[in-house]
Amino acid sequence: MATATTPSPAAGRTSRRGRPGGSRPARIDAAFGMVFAAPAVLGVTAFGLIPFGYVIWYSLHDWNPLIGQFHWVGAANFQRLVTDPVVWGSLWTTLLFAGLLMVLNVTLALALAVLLDQRLAGTGAFRAVFFSPVVVSTVAWVLIWNYLVASNGGINGALAAIGIDGPNWLRDPAWALVTVVVIQVFKSVGMNMVLFLAALQTVPGELKEAARLDGARPGRVFRSITLPIITPTILLVVMITTIGAMDVFVPIQILTEGGPGRSTTVISYLLYRTAFEQQDFGYASAIGVLMFLVLFALAALQWGTRKKWVHDEV
Amino acid sequence: MKSDLLTRRVAAATPVRPVPARRRRATTRRRRGLASKVALYGLLLVLSVPFLYPTIWMVFAAFKPVDEIFATPPRLLPTEWTLHGVERIFTVTPFAQQYVNSLYLATVIAIGSIVVGALGGYAFARIRFPGAGKVFLVLMTGMMIPGEVTIIPIFRWVAQLGLMDSHVPLIVVPIFGPGCIVSVFIFRQFFLSLPDELEEAGRLDGLGRFGLFTRIAFPLSGPAVAAVAIMKFLYAFNMYFEPLVFLRSPELFPVGLGLTQYQDNYGEPLYNTQIGATALTVIPVLIVFLFAQRQFVEGLTRSGLKG
Repeated sequence: MATATTPSPAAGRTSRRGRPGGSRPARIDAAFGMVFAAPAVLGVTAFGLIPFGYVIWYSLHDWNPLIGQFHWVGAANFQRLVTDPVVWGSLWTTLLFAGLLMVLNVTLALALAVLLDQRLAGTGAFRAVFFSPVVVSTVAWVLIWNYLVASNGGINGALAAIGIDGPNWLRDPAWALVTVVVIQVFKSVGMNMVLFLAALQTVPGELKEAARLDGARPGRVFRSITLPIITPTILLVVMITTIGAMDVFVPIQILTEGGPGRSTTVISYLLYRTAFEQQDFGYASAIGVLMFLVLFALAALQWGTRKKWVHDEV
Repeated sequence: MKSDLLTRRVAAATPVRPVPARRRRATTRRRRGLASKVALYGLLLVLSVPFLYPTIWMVFAAFKPVDEIFATPPRLLPTEWTLHGVERIFTVTPFAQQYVNSLYLATVIAIGSIVVGALGGYAFARIRFPGAGKVFLVLMTGMMIPGEVTIIPIFRWVAQLGLMDSHVPLIVVPIFGPGCIVSVFIFRQFFLSLPDELEEAGRLDGLGRFGLFTRIAFPLSGPAVAAVAIMKFLYAFNMYFEPLVFLRSPELFPVGLGLTQYQDNYGEPLYNTQIGATALTVIPVLIVFLFAQRQFVEGLTRSGLKG
């Protein structure tokens, strides 16, 4: 499955019948190729690459559209950035959010996948249940949970019934971030569960059986056979989940608006506020550049360390 | 029949189809004890609660009077059923219009993404053209750029073109922007798995490149079309950030953004109305999901795999 995720453009070329290059039909064909690819390529250029170039350009300016101000300030935005405790705090919050979400999501997804991988009637129905929040819109999911985690909502009501005085989940700085993470995990864990389930089903039964005959207990079989075989999927899931966690916006906007204090102001939310509420577009662009660098660094880190823990990586 | 065989081979080559658990485990002959079975079911049931309860709660809470929504101890069923919340769904905000907006945006975005994705995927999978490999790599890096970052210049262009408070940026950017890369990947992956013989046969019948695509390759790409359609439809139904930035008029909002606007004339939130409206957006999607589970799971996991 991991091979499916590293698209090698060359594969396309070798699988086709080669035609003598440079001939008229080949040139016409190449023209077709370029025309077919054009909408996607031009679109990504126009709405992805060029805007990113502009963001870098804007980040060197002081720009407030409300008062029609746009002038060159050089690296001033970045100087402000590195000394801004709000930015550093939000960077820390983002990493905490992404790290917590990734660990909880991957652990729960793997646990659910292992449970559903048992030979048991009705696992299909449970699979549907665990997957269903993935198809529900984030806004709807978050709105409903907003009621359930309210200080006088269902969760605290249930806790009160067993004698626990639950906190005000979203208004307590100690709990707000964790609460948002947990709500988001329930929303999206089904996707990773399905990916793990597919991976678990590639583990050869004979291998597990052999280990069992050698006297290995189930936990040991899982650790020594199953886990190493599915590490490529784990890497993939960790990467998708971390990168996905970086641009969380809807849950923050609806549940906490970055609060209480700044305890849930992740970097994408800080960017939104700086740009569209404070109209400080130059500084917001600098934050955008920083956000991209963090994202890139995280992906590179995970990709770079894969040899250490991914089984059979070539 | 020959064509049957070909379709089956195509189907077999389609990546990542989870094998049902029943068909495997031929080697595991151990029978599970009753106790461990009960324990497993118990565990699965407990784990289901946070996934299932919010939806069930939502359906009943829509029929509760406002003060019962936060009653202690909490109850799932209303003690007093009321339509007071539900009947205001369509009058407090232009909910019906917003629903239509979402359906319309989702349909246009899904169709546009299928066209762009299929053309691009076909080009990268089956046509040799100069620079294809490099361009493909550039596309991949484009996927790394978060939409929250690029929205700043796009916001500026949209404002300069006078397209604020219109659906144009909400349609054009998702179809052609970096969001299309996933669709291109899904189609490319699919077209790579098509046997060469199919196109050879088409070529012998005198089909040109365009004919090969429209008459042979695209009609066979049903699974990829389904995957992209489901993914983009849900994306459009989910849209929140972009409409928040580009739209001002509630009549133009998609449902998602509209759901957050339920307040009475004094700015007090209308809890049961909001919950009812949320249920109306969630339930249809869940029903479709129940009937097309396999397509949903496959389509969305492929998008997760980026092709």
